[in-house]
Amino acid sequence: MTTSPEVTGRGGSSQGRLLPAPVSVALGWASLASLVLLALFGLWGAPPDAVQGDAQRIMYVHVPAAWLAYLAFGVTAVASILYLWPRTRSTVWDLIAGSSAELGVLFTGLTLVLGSLWGRPVWGVWWAWDARLTTTAVLFFLYLGYLSLRRIPASPETRGKRCAIAALIAFVDVPIVHLSVNWWRTLHQQATVFNPQLNPEIHGVMAFTLWLGVLAFTILYVYLLDKRYRLAALEEGQEERELETAIAERVADATAPTPAEPTVGATP
Amino acid sequence: MTLLSELWLVTAKDLRIEARSRVTLAQVLPFGLIVLILFAFALDPDRGLLPKVAPGLFWVAVLLAALLAVSRAFSIEQANSARDGLRLSGLDAGAMFLGKALAVALQLLALEVVLGLGVVLFYDLTPKAAEVLVPAAVAATLGLAAAGTLYGVLAAGLRVRETLLPLLLLPVLAPVMLGATRAFEAGLGLNGSAGEAWPWVELLALFAVIYTTLGFLAFGPLLEEA
Repeated sequence: MTTSPEVTGRGGSSQGRLLPAPVSVALGWASLASLVLLALFGLWGAPPDAVQGDAQRIMYVHVPAAWLAYLAFGVTAVASILYLWPRTRSTVWDLIAGSSAELGVLFTGLTLVLGSLWGRPVWGVWWAWDARLTTTAVLFFLYLGYLSLRRIPASPETRGKRCAIAALIAFVDVPIVHLSVNWWRTLHQQATVFNPQLNPEIHGVMAFTLWLGVLAFTILYVYLLDKRYRLAALEEGQEERELETAIAERVADATAPTPAEPTVGATP
Repeated sequence: MTLLSELWLVTAKDLRIEARSRVTLAQVLPFGLIVLILFAFALDPDRGLLPKVAPGLFWVAVLLAALLAVSRAFSIEQANSARDGLRLSGLDAGAMFLGKALAVALQLLALEVVLGLGVVLFYDLTPKAAEVLVPAAVAATLGLAAAGTLYGVLAAGLRVRETLLPLLLLPVLAPVMLGATRAFEAGLGLNGSAGEAWPWVELLALFAVIYTTLGFLAFGPLLEEA
């Protein structure tokens, strides 16, 4: 109650921000501008695909979303290692790992949905048991479990260590899943349906739009990561302050006995 | 004490608890058999599908039973603060992990023998190529037990562990499910020749080695936190 407004959001070891506020604002505008540009190029600038027609335009957001998902999970893994490494242990890395994993799950989900939307007109099915699709689906559930683990209330140290280990166990599984699914879908089949979106022969406006998408989504990722981190840090500061207030109230209650009643056998 | 004797101490303790409580025998095993019967309801036996897809169904049943076995392995540490006792015992954390994983693996292997008999009886399948099936089953079981024990301790002591464990564990076990099923299919001649099983057995062994190593390293810190 006596906390001054300046102290807000600066509790504990995790300082409120990942990036300075002006940088964050600039990133926000940059991601908005690049996304608008991407929409213009993706919907009108780039020519329709010779084979797939307009459906191919989904690739301008599908590929960047997939890239972002992998980037986000990579950041989670690196942040988890940095948390576990005693010299670099800091709540900052734990919060970055959690924030990035959340974005990763969001964009993995988006990748799967966008892929389905594209698959229906082009492949004729919403879902195919393609190696990459299957790996992505498993990845989605792997990190969904990690996020559930994060939501369990625990002290920052307990949560940090437990979640960092869980993130690394999950990360190690990704190549094994990929390998097994690859074998499974290629061992007995003549040809696997293959995403043709990254054909080396695409060029010109289409390739530019694709790279623009990757750039726009990457900026968006950094912006969202900063925002999500700030939220997580504020939440943590809030919890700490609530705890302190509760303790202070208890102490006040115990040290100041109510004057109406006589104290019985109070020990100093 | 050596690592091996410490390991065996933990395994023997868990197996002794099982011998006295018979939870795996009386609850997990019948559960696995019911799952096999449920598959027969789902895929009408008259259509002749069951023997063809038997390896997959067998491993799904094993996977579900393994979830229960892992839960059980850590719920026995919950009562009477047994986990604190384990922590204070001075045993090496890596040995504890290996001991618990071995106890789970031995129980799962026994379970697989019975469920295998169930598959042979219920699904009208002729067993063959034991030289492929046995190594595949052993490698898969070690992987299941190692990953299961690792996630078991991760979720141990949490109020939501019953619901969290399957979500955490099943996606991780996807390669085991795939590898064991394909190896069994190849071994039984349902899909390719017996020789095609070996890459899968190697994958299962790789999985088991990786998760045993991870568990060996991570068990100590996780037990402290639980």
